Amino acid sequence: MIGVVGTVPDQDFPLVTGETRLKGDSIHIRGKQIPVNRGTPALLAAAIKTAQVLDQGAPFAYLVGDVGLGHGSRRLYEYLSGQLGKRDFDTIVFHYLQPDVDWHNRVLFAVEEMKRRPVLIADAGFMYAAKMSGQSSQYDLFTPDIGELAFLADEEAPHPFYTRGFILHEENRAPELIARAYQHENAARCLLVKGKQDYVADRQGIQATIDIPMEEAMEAIGGTGDTLTGIVTALIGTGMEVVKAAAIAARVNRLAGHYANPTPAMQVIEMVQHIPRALSEILQRG
Amino acid sequence: MSFFGLLTSRKKKTKTSSHPDRGILVFEHTSEVIKAESMLKKAGWKIRVMGPPPEIRSGCDLVIEIPLIEKLNILRTLENLKIPPLKIVPVSSPLLQPVDLFQNKDFGKYLMIRAANMKLTIEKETQTIVNISGGGCPDVPYLASKMVGLSLDKAPSPREIGHTLCGYALQLAYEEMRRR
Repeated sequence: MIGVVGTVPDQDFPLVTGETRLKGDSIHIRGKQIPVNRGTPALLAAAIKTAQVLDQGAPFAYLVGDVGLGHGSRRLYEYLSGQLGKRDFDTIVFHYLQPDVDWHNRVLFAVEEMKRRPVLIADAGFMYAAKMSGQSSQYDLFTPDIGELAFLADEEAPHPFYTRGFILHEENRAPELIARAYQHENAARCLLVKGKQDYVADRQGIQATIDIPMEEAMEAIGGTGDTLTGIVTALIGTGMEVVKAAAIAARVNRLAGHYANPTPAMQVIEMVQHIPRALSEILQRG
Repeated sequence: MSFFGLLTSRKKKTKTSSHPDRGILVFEHTSEVIKAESMLKKAGWKIRVMGPPPEIRSGCDLVIEIPLIEKLNILRTLENLKIPPLKIVPVSSPLLQPVDLFQNKDFGKYLMIRAANMKLTIEKETQTIVNISGGGCPDVPYLASKMVGLSLDKAPSPREIGHTLCGYALQLAYEEMRRR
């Protein structure tokens, strides 16, 4: 089973845990509905679609409302600190949470209490906290975009907003930034860098570069990075090796985007509907 | 135009700053920093939003650098506005400079501007915000839900409803978009 931890943009949304379903354009959990726009709901939608094709169970989610004040995130951090050690997951992805180093560390302690260690994936705010805590190497996969990669490569930056100017977020410098992130121990065991070209890398270097199909509009569409993280999470949840899953996920996400015939004004739910077709096609190609 | 075809920087960049005559205002939330910055600038104070020194970083922080000699006056202003800082401390180590580099991408009918890790895209003809992407703090989906579909003139600014560094970065992209 895969676990998904994140927030939804509704400050009245309570802390909810449970299996998730995608019905129409909404995630359903414990009788509550959340529209799929971007962020963790988009990740969940992509993971659900991927799991369905792979005949896997639905993702189990830990969700709470947070509009940026951090109250919901802290409640969720506290809940996870107390409860996660009793659970069993194959894979857990930590996503949109208010970055907080102290709480991050407590959650990581809870993970260490689990009977078996799941594959750990971090993206978005939780990845920022993981890097700032100096414990990136505890994770199996980070899924940064190119700007976030520059942040990982800058050993002094506590947030992408403070990435120093000499570390420009230039796509063609990704290999150099990846090497620098590993040099300073600020990368997970594997990196899936999302961008004009997607890179799968580990400490040994770049293992795969995926750049087709190319849809320039994808960069402007909020949530397309979240769907990629959702797809790779579901693939890893089947037991697939992380580097292989990352390369397949990048191809699937690009193809699903291509099938949606995107414009910069497209919303991410439109590409989510194409994930099953894209996944089946990529898996058939081998 | 290529994705990185245009890089613009509004001010001369310095890697860090450290001045013994400067102090920093520390707030509980970034949203309070954003409000205080706006009000203090309106009141004519020479202040800067910066990254906190390592000893007080928690994860998603901004502080306001002020001239220490004006500490009491600034404090009074903020107390009158009901946004008093948690504390005021002297600048004892270099502060981090926020990203001030903008990148734009012209899609023909649409224009995207990126500031730090946040991207804002509008339809040029109608000035309608059609997408917001990037970022990892929880107010990003919230900001998108409130801004996408509205024109630049009618949409709430991230400064008004955002709370985090990602929200602040989106504000920079929003201001840059309005300038064009």
